[in-house]
Amino acid sequence: MNIYKYASPATFYPLAGRLIPWFAVLAAMLAAVGLYLGLYLAPPDFQQGEVYRIIFIHVPTAWMAMIIYLVMAAYGVMALSFNARLSSMMMEALAPTGAMFTVLALWTGALWGKPTWGAYWVWDARMTSTLILLFLYVGYIALTHAIEDKKRADKAGALLVIVGSVNVPIIYFSVKWWNTLHQGASVSVTSGSKMASMMALGMLVMALACWMYAIAVALARVRAIIIERELENGGAANWLNTLNTQDKRQLTR
Amino acid sequence: MKSAPDVALGPVQSGKGDPGEAEVAPEQGFMRAIARDTRLAFRSKGEVIQALVFFVVVVSLFPLAIGPETALLKRIAPGVVWVAALLSVLLTLPRLFASDYQDGTLEQLMLSPFPLPVMVAGKMGAHWLVSGLPLALIAPLLGLQFGLDSRELGVLVASLILGTPILSMLGAIGAALTLGVRGGSILVALLILPLYIPVLIFGAGAVETVAAGLDYGANLSLLGAGLLIGGLTTPFAVAAAVKISLD
Amino acid sequence: MASSAVARDLGADEFRAEGLSLSRGPRGLFKDLSFQLRRGEALILRGANGSGKTSLLRVLAGFTTPDAGALFWNQQCLKPLAITSRRLLFYVAHANAIKDELSALENLQDALRIDGVASAALSPATILHALDRVGLLSQRHLLARKLSQGQKRRIGLARLMLVDKPFWLLDEPTNALDAEGVELFAGIVNRHLAGGGMACIASHLTMPLQGTSSELKLRASA
Repeated sequence: MNIYKYASPATFYPLAGRLIPWFAVLAAMLAAVGLYLGLYLAPPDFQQGEVYRIIFIHVPTAWMAMIIYLVMAAYGVMALSFNARLSSMMMEALAPTGAMFTVLALWTGALWGKPTWGAYWVWDARMTSTLILLFLYVGYIALTHAIEDKKRADKAGALLVIVGSVNVPIIYFSVKWWNTLHQGASVSVTSGSKMASMMALGMLVMALACWMYAIAVALARVRAIIIERELENGGAANWLNTLNTQDKRQLTR
Repeated sequence: MKSAPDVALGPVQSGKGDPGEAEVAPEQGFMRAIARDTRLAFRSKGEVIQALVFFVVVVSLFPLAIGPETALLKRIAPGVVWVAALLSVLLTLPRLFASDYQDGTLEQLMLSPFPLPVMVAGKMGAHWLVSGLPLALIAPLLGLQFGLDSRELGVLVASLILGTPILSMLGAIGAALTLGVRGGSILVALLILPLYIPVLIFGAGAVETVAAGLDYGANLSLLGAGLLIGGLTTPFAVAAAVKISLD
Repeated sequence: MASSAVARDLGADEFRAEGLSLSRGPRGLFKDLSFQLRRGEALILRGANGSGKTSLLRVLAGFTTPDAGALFWNQQCLKPLAITSRRLLFYVAHANAIKDELSALENLQDALRIDGVASAALSPATILHALDRVGLLSQRHLLARKLSQGQKRRIGLARLMLVDKPFWLLDEPTNALDAEGVELFAGIVNRHLAGGGMACIASHLTMPLQGTSSELKLRASA
């Protein structure tokens, strides 16, 4: 019973409000440190020179693209098994951020590809599967927007993301398989090479910055979704009105 | 007071049944579902034939778009046939559940003593019989037009027979999720095509490997594994999707 | 012996709905609704259009999850769409799963197959007899496309005669039926109740139902 209480939108709304500034500030600080590490302290690559520095954006965003989809799938499992409204709202809040990171990963990948491979796009296994991941995000967003009944949209979206996440490894494997079959296009990224520790650190800090950003944005968006739904249900009056005073009390504390 | 007309009942005594006493064999439900849907499909043959003609026409468009060069056509044949098969199956997906949704049959299936996953598995099986299987049977004809030899044709048919059931299974999830939704058919394509990619890769890959003189067994085995796993898991996902859509 | 069997059946089992609440969007359909039904009893749902009759039937059938409340069969929680409920409940709504591409006979057979009626009980004689009772014997090979709405409903009546489930949930079952059809329907329901069956029927009509039947008035709260 307690879990339900804490997972209820009415309790979560003020909690999220208090957490957002922390995550936002952390994201900004980590990003500043990460960019400083990556753009100034890290040495130029002996092969690629300065061009490689885009990995400080590219790699973290690619990680986030994948991780957010998996997090959504985890929320999807909770949404379906515990009938938890908040989990579905978190999925809805995370999807645009995940899609944005996927687009960023593809974009920065293309920008990196032009000087290194001579083309904006090559059918490399990672880029191809990232593109498919973008399709999965778009599919989720399209489905949940097309279904008018919110309850049904939540559950349908949850099931779709679960099915999709089961397929993600299969898709990745199949694309790699396809890539080795067609040797011509394959370009291997020079990962695993003696990467300077400064580079690794920079990437890690940037990844953390992305995490914090994703959490802050998702929390802000979930607050908006909570209000939106409460207003739609017409039941907003009870607790939404009391929020302002609550928030003030907590701030002065 | 007017007495109600006497209604003679058959040997089945209505109302006496205690829930939980009679045994229902799941495989019987599967057979009943598959028989029903196959019969319905044959009553409206037009749709089955249309999907098949669509498949043939799409495949025939490629030489016109690319040029009649034999070596190139032979090279792209597996991919072309497989993409056309994907699109053709995709076109037939809406009819998998749409009419059952509108006329209330889905509710009857949900309250049937037979488990819902079994019943939707029967529907998926029937869908394959009238959409995927005909494609596999006509594919050699199209392969010949693209200059595939008999060995390659054999692998093409085998890959389609193993792969198209997976298309029906995954497609059923999309079809069930989008029941009664505006723009449902385009939405199904958007949801399902990304999931079809592995089937496409292994299916077309099998034919390409045999054309390149390599061992095609791995591709077909992977399709077979997919078919097995899909057959065991997707009925539950589809049943869940149907329940969600009818809530 | 027959009468004692009925006596044992009547009132033996009990279906109970407790504290059902459902709202669709801002609209509350029903709140804290409870009732119970024993074997041989019928509940008639009344209420204006949009008052939630269909929604309540769908909750009872287990299709819709209520916001609150639960269903019980003999004190045991009846899980939606679990095997016990699927053997107990029979649901027919406006669209009664009639396929235009099939004949009246095929429609009836297919429906009964889905209902899980054993193949042995699906003998031609039984089915033809039921079709005869609803006046469709001569049209049994006609595609349902060519039948009138009322005749399609009558296929449903034939199905009611043959189905073997104790608790019927019927949504406007008399729609499109003529006076004789309504009487036929009432007869089937009476027979069902007398045999220890139960029914929950949403209807505008007053039907000549015998035995214990109560009414439930639904009014959507704003």
